[in-house]
Amino acid sequence: MTSPRPETVDEPAEHGAPARRAPVWRGQGPAVAVVAVGGAAGASARYGAALLWPARTGGFPWTTFWVNVVGCCVIGVFMVLVTEVWAPHPLVRPFFGTGVLGGFTTFSTYAVDIQRLLDEGHPRTALAYLAATLVAALAAVWAAVALTRRVSARWSAGREPS
Amino acid sequence: MNWVLVIVGGMVGAPLRYLTDRAVQARHDSGFPWGTFTVNVVGCLVLGALTGAATAGAASSHLQLLLGTGLCGALTTYSTFSYETLRLAENGARPQAAANAIVSVAAGLGAAFAGVAAAQSLWS
Repeated sequence: MTSPRPETVDEPAEHGAPARRAPVWRGQGPAVAVVAVGGAAGASARYGAALLWPARTGGFPWTTFWVNVVGCCVIGVFMVLVTEVWAPHPLVRPFFGTGVLGGFTTFSTYAVDIQRLLDEGHPRTALAYLAATLVAALAAVWAAVALTRRVSARWSAGREPS
Repeated sequence: MNWVLVIVGGMVGAPLRYLTDRAVQARHDSGFPWGTFTVNVVGCLVLGALTGAATAGAASSHLQLLLGTGLCGALTTYSTFSYETLRLAENGARPQAAANAIVSVAAGLGAAFAGVAAAQSLWS
């Protein structure tokens, strides 16, 4: 059984070439370069947030929580814009979706912070953080996608002569 | 100096995720986002090992910024993970969407624990 392939953020920046049988790195130079620049920017923004709002030892990791929730919200808006509203330059999506947002949000710090909270004897905080991030991240991306679709539909309806 | 380490780590981690995702997704036909799953689990394992090494005094704060904040942070992603989960649900694959969320978190946590344990047994 195959299920429909989801629209992924890491979709290649193709230029009309059939990418299925070609090596995955062929023609990927520009995409890799913009993903690297975007990733550096996203990781720096996350590091800056951690410096501005340092986490309390044993406390709820609010900074990483908000970084991930905000990143999920922005990707929802962005993906609707680039797949349903306008067709941007093929490198916009790898730069911002894969690079900036992928570099900004983090799954590894999320998992290791839960491990650390459990290890330091804060099981309730660990469990709350585990569940709250998952629920808030999924809710953020869902709400952002729904809201962007609604706004763009109203905007395009408003432009048509009545 | 600290910023440079994070930037260099991010410049390596994000393209590594992009290329790994493409390589993994080209090798199967299902709609399941195994590419993002792979980078997230590997990143959790590496960050767990790094954290264990740091606790044992075997990893400097500079190494943690380069490999932890920079590389593992950019290699793994929550935004793509949640977006792909939403797409699965929207495409009528709700069981796969739920499976992706649960399996990703469970495997990521397992990898983080395994990484810490491996580093602790190595450096203590």
